[in-house]
Amino acid sequence: MKKNKLIERTIHGIFLILGLLTVGCVLLITVYLVISGIPAITEIGLFDFLFGAKWASTASEPEFGILPFILTSIYGTAGAILIGVPIGFFAAVYLSKLANPKVKAFMEGAVSLLAGIPSVVYGLVGMLVLVPAVREIFDIPDGASLFSAIIVLAIMILPSIIKVSMTALEAVPKEYEDASLALGATPIETYFKVSVPAAKSGIAAAVVLGVGRAIGEAMAVMMVSGNVPNMPSLFQSVRFLTTAVASEMSYSSGLQQQALFSIALVLFLFIMLINATLNFFLKKEKD
Amino acid sequence: MSDIMTAKDLNLWYGETHALKNVNITIPEKSITAFIGPSGCGKSTFLKTLNRMNDLIPSVKITGEVCYNGQNIYDSLVDVNELRREIGMVFQKPNPFPMSIYDNIAYGPRTHGIKSKVKLDEIVEQSLRDAAIWDEVKDRLKKNALGMSGGQQQRLCIARALAVKPKILLMDEPTSALDPISTSRIEELAIELKKSYTIVIVTHNMQQAVRISDNTAFFLLGELIEYGETEKLFSQPTDKRTEDYITGRFG
Repeated sequence: MKKNKLIERTIHGIFLILGLLTVGCVLLITVYLVISGIPAITEIGLFDFLFGAKWASTASEPEFGILPFILTSIYGTAGAILIGVPIGFFAAVYLSKLANPKVKAFMEGAVSLLAGIPSVVYGLVGMLVLVPAVREIFDIPDGASLFSAIIVLAIMILPSIIKVSMTALEAVPKEYEDASLALGATPIETYFKVSVPAAKSGIAAAVVLGVGRAIGEAMAVMMVSGNVPNMPSLFQSVRFLTTAVASEMSYSSGLQQQALFSIALVLFLFIMLINATLNFFLKKEKD
Repeated sequence: MSDIMTAKDLNLWYGETHALKNVNITIPEKSITAFIGPSGCGKSTFLKTLNRMNDLIPSVKITGEVCYNGQNIYDSLVDVNELRREIGMVFQKPNPFPMSIYDNIAYGPRTHGIKSKVKLDEIVEQSLRDAAIWDEVKDRLKKNALGMSGGQQQRLCIARALAVKPKILLMDEPTSALDPISTSRIEELAIELKKSYTIVIVTHNMQQAVRISDNTAFFLLGELIEYGETEKLFSQPTDKRTEDYITGRFG
């Protein structure tokens, strides 16, 4: 009896330590980012840093304005959501309600595979196929642009949107759908007027998850966006918050390096905001 | 009293299982017909063939005819959605939509193209009155229907079914999830409703069949064993199996 209790306590302790380890990592990263991100902001000035339109970190008179990155990240994510959400949403309705079981199994497998493809592969295919195609179709000097990045991001967020929406749609009690059909509504009317509204917080969570995925993506967008710190314009080369950090870190020093930490801090705050939104929707779903 | 529904040599299979065997029955208009029998006897399955709710189960195969106003409802020309509008259904477990009370009732009429607010208000009030729940909910029509008690939810579901102006109301053990007080309210309501509607009710509760129905059908192992006036079926059953069941020897 006593021995059992000891084992219980030991295991409890081990689990607690493992849990704390995770929390510790998050705390460490947060604290580190804040400490190393603040100096550059105080030196440059918060306003000039966030709203400065020019980034020239290696010029003889360096300028550290990250507005182009912030706007590019926002526009890029918004564009990806605009394209990815309708496709993902309708795909989820189709797969969870309409598809016959064989088609469903096949397509679900394909969606999982899409989620498992490393982002560098997306970037590579984007670079070799999408970028030249965009150059040809829109007749612009360089296809590496915000537009190409939006397309790649839209595809990359599809799996999260489809899977989370599907889970929400499949959790809608069949009784609701039966009631609607028994009133003479068609299956399609039933899915859109009863099932989708009943799953709406889950679907909202799917969208927010997609936003998080899009705003945090670095490798794939770096390879297709041209990586030039322009103010965003659809068919121009642009640089995202993530790629701004990644592309200069290896050779940066002094204030430039500190400014990169500050960019990371800004990105981190964006992600925190998105996570809070996600939790809000997930909690609502539970109620 | 004229007949509103007739089943002729109806057979139904779930995959390999022969769930309904040569069922023949005629259901008179503006009356209450009860289906009784032990669990798994096919009474609910048969009820669902009357508004084609079994169509939704992929492995179901049906032969024979079900005629509604002289038309075989399994004919390929029949519009299933229109059929289900005319033959409404109330389920075993109260299943209001997770919406306001008002939107629950207005859902059916809206689906069938009624948009006018005035008309919808009228239908909502009338349906709730017909289901004897108006006085309890008239001050909270905008509140979520899931906040109501089980008995109220079931009467709301009846009101929702009435809102599309059906001719027949199928009830699949509508009181099995309810307490005795709520049950007696639904029974009173059913008796009231038969003035305007034809009601077919599946029940596992024989007293309920005796209390409210005009005709009773006894099902056993997928077969319709005996069908006739309720009073007669319970006092002088002609089949030995019916007698055994109603006297409580099995089931």
